[in-house]
Amino acid sequence: MPAYLWLVPVLPVIGLILIIVSGRYRPRWSGYLAVAAIGLSFLLAFLALGELIGQGTAGTVSRVETFDWFRVGSISLQLGLIFDPLAAAMLVLVAFISLVVQIYSLGYMAGDPGYTRYFAFMCIFTAAMLGLVLAPNFLQLYIFWELVGLSSYLLIGFWYERPAAAAAAVKAFVTTRLGDLGLLTGILILYSRTGSFDFSQIAAAVRAGNLGTGLLTLAMLLVFLGAVGKSAQFPLHVWLPDAMEGPTPVSALIHAATMVAAGVYLIARTFPLFAASAAAMQVVAWIGGFTALFAATQGLVMTDIKRVLAYSTISQLGYMMLGLGAASLAAGMFHLITHAFFKALLFLAAGAVIHQLGGEQNLLAMGGLFRRMPVTALTFLCGALALAAIPPFSGFWSKDEVIAAVERSGNLALTLLALATSALTAFYIFRAWFLAFLGQPRGALPAGWGRDHAPGHGPGTHRPDAGEASPVLVAPLVILAVLAVGAGLVGSPLFGGAFAAFITGSAEVSPGLDPGLAFLSTAISLVGILLAWAYYGAGWLSAEATARAVRPVYILLVKRYYLDDLYAWLVRRVLLGLSSLLAWFDRQIIDGAVNGLAWLCYAVFGWALTRLQTGRTPSYALGFVVGVVVIVLVAIVFPPAR
Amino acid sequence: MPVTLTHYLVLSAILFAIGLFGALAKRNVVGILMSIELMFNAVNIALVAFSRYLPVPPANQVAHGLNGQIFALFIITVAAAEAAVALAILLAIYRQRRTVSVEDINLMKW
Repeated sequence: MPAYLWLVPVLPVIGLILIIVSGRYRPRWSGYLAVAAIGLSFLLAFLALGELIGQGTAGTVSRVETFDWFRVGSISLQLGLIFDPLAAAMLVLVAFISLVVQIYSLGYMAGDPGYTRYFAFMCIFTAAMLGLVLAPNFLQLYIFWELVGLSSYLLIGFWYERPAAAAAAVKAFVTTRLGDLGLLTGILILYSRTGSFDFSQIAAAVRAGNLGTGLLTLAMLLVFLGAVGKSAQFPLHVWLPDAMEGPTPVSALIHAATMVAAGVYLIARTFPLFAASAAAMQVVAWIGGFTALFAATQGLVMTDIKRVLAYSTISQLGYMMLGLGAASLAAGMFHLITHAFFKALLFLAAGAVIHQLGGEQNLLAMGGLFRRMPVTALTFLCGALALAAIPPFSGFWSKDEVIAAVERSGNLALTLLALATSALTAFYIFRAWFLAFLGQPRGALPAGWGRDHAPGHGPGTHRPDAGEASPVLVAPLVILAVLAVGAGLVGSPLFGGAFAAFITGSAEVSPGLDPGLAFLSTAISLVGILLAWAYYGAGWLSAEATARAVRPVYILLVKRYYLDDLYAWLVRRVLLGLSSLLAWFDRQIIDGAVNGLAWLCYAVFGWALTRLQTGRTPSYALGFVVGVVVIVLVAIVFPPAR
Repeated sequence: MPVTLTHYLVLSAILFAIGLFGALAKRNVVGILMSIELMFNAVNIALVAFSRYLPVPPANQVAHGLNGQIFALFIITVAAAEAAVALAILLAIYRQRRTVSVEDINLMKW
């Protein structure tokens, strides 16, 4: 384990402290401080990864270093670092995406009144995620897990003066909290049965059969519930589209590397435990597969460019869960990494468009942007092709590995689900691209359609003459576009499935792609793109007519399956109803019992005792004498021991 | 017949009992105070008698066995102070209520 590894999560914290200290006097510095801290962090992570690869197969053994955090009786809680291929790959990914996003933010957030605060929060966010990746036990993981949740709350609600942003932040926090409750319960069940928080020790205990299958399944399902909340899987996905209220670079970071990746990483980290419970794996696969399709359908009808991307993220996270649930750690992690690159790219490109249009996020108000911002359009196209899984873009290799893994697991229904989602994915992302970048500028829509993305960009500042964004915004797009195109090659059969061999630490596993399946899924994706072209590029088909033809379905999708309304109803009617019932019980019965008892003491016994107080001094003195006599008699009858 | 410790203790007990009866049975507060003084002095007799007749335990060598007599001196002092305070209170009550009978002074209740 490299000696400098601990610096990787600590450096952003140092950056945070420096920003806090200097922010008041040199607010301009905070952006550069954050870039420098996270840049160094990335460099060290990269060095560590290089060292690990240089060690060959010896490097694939998981190394853990811990120290006692504190001891209570016989319980000793430990903190430490874990270093294995999984952690190394994730570490580099997180640090890299965060670095690119910080550089982008230098331009995007320039002039925002909360500039310093923004970079301070970003530093906490990055530090929390890096710490989570390096956690060798459940307890430390849970601490950083909550830190990630907290910082995402701070960043989603960054423009807290807007009620929608504040509400979205609370929604994200509370929704993920539901999952966290499951995670905590799962951790405690595992601890109560194995006496350890350590991943490897729990895995050893499970291998030794110390846990019953039923209990293990229950514990792993509860742990998975944590991942469902964090990684926005059905039915706890509702916070993620609303989280679009945060600044766009924050969305890029949340969707690519930090917040939502934490859930997938949790499953990958505890993969040996999941592998021991076939039922839990089935649930992971089914939730993932269902979420992929479910979210993709909603992505079809969103008119806000960021919401299209948000649903696409939920859908792609579903693919990752599907891959993990199909017993392929490599496929899930591979898709996580390629997705991180192209999703960060898509968000940052969308952010550049929004920035240049003065806060316009509505796809219907865009159009014809290709001529005015060609670089952004082309990089977005790279991301879209990767998302649609067109070879040789990175998404193709990883998504098809996921589908191949599902097909190998023999689950035909899930395979079909994954293939169907491919078509939807290609359709919605190219719908967004065609609407935004091709055709004629459609101009500003009536007030209330678009959202202004930052203070200073008031409504009605739609600028139809906007050109390409500044280099500090475009340069990260180009870097990410290169990676979105090329990053998939490390896991492709062209390199013998190097990534899978690296992450699982064994040379022989790499069934690679199923050529027939790959061809099929590519064809399906191409159909999706063609359909999008027919609707939004060439105009052969009318989206309005189709929407009218299947109006009930369309309404259902626009209303997001009424899930938000259902949850709001559940909270307002059921939860608050139950709460008011309990409040009544508390006030009337519990408080009533206590108050009644007090009244009984006061009114009955108190009344009886007041009769003894006559006010006559001699009777008090008599009582005094009798008391003394009784004490003396007792002392004589029961003499005190010498 | 030599006078022994028992004689003194019997005297002390008789005086104490008379004082106790007076303190409980008297209606006049001044009488009660006088009875209390009687009880104090009964105790003083017992203390001095103990001091005079009992062998001096090793722990008391420092005070040359005079503990009991010193106690008696303290009790006389405290009794004087107590009587002064009690009479002052009694005077105040008398000025307010024109009575010194405990039957009429029944403020000390709920």
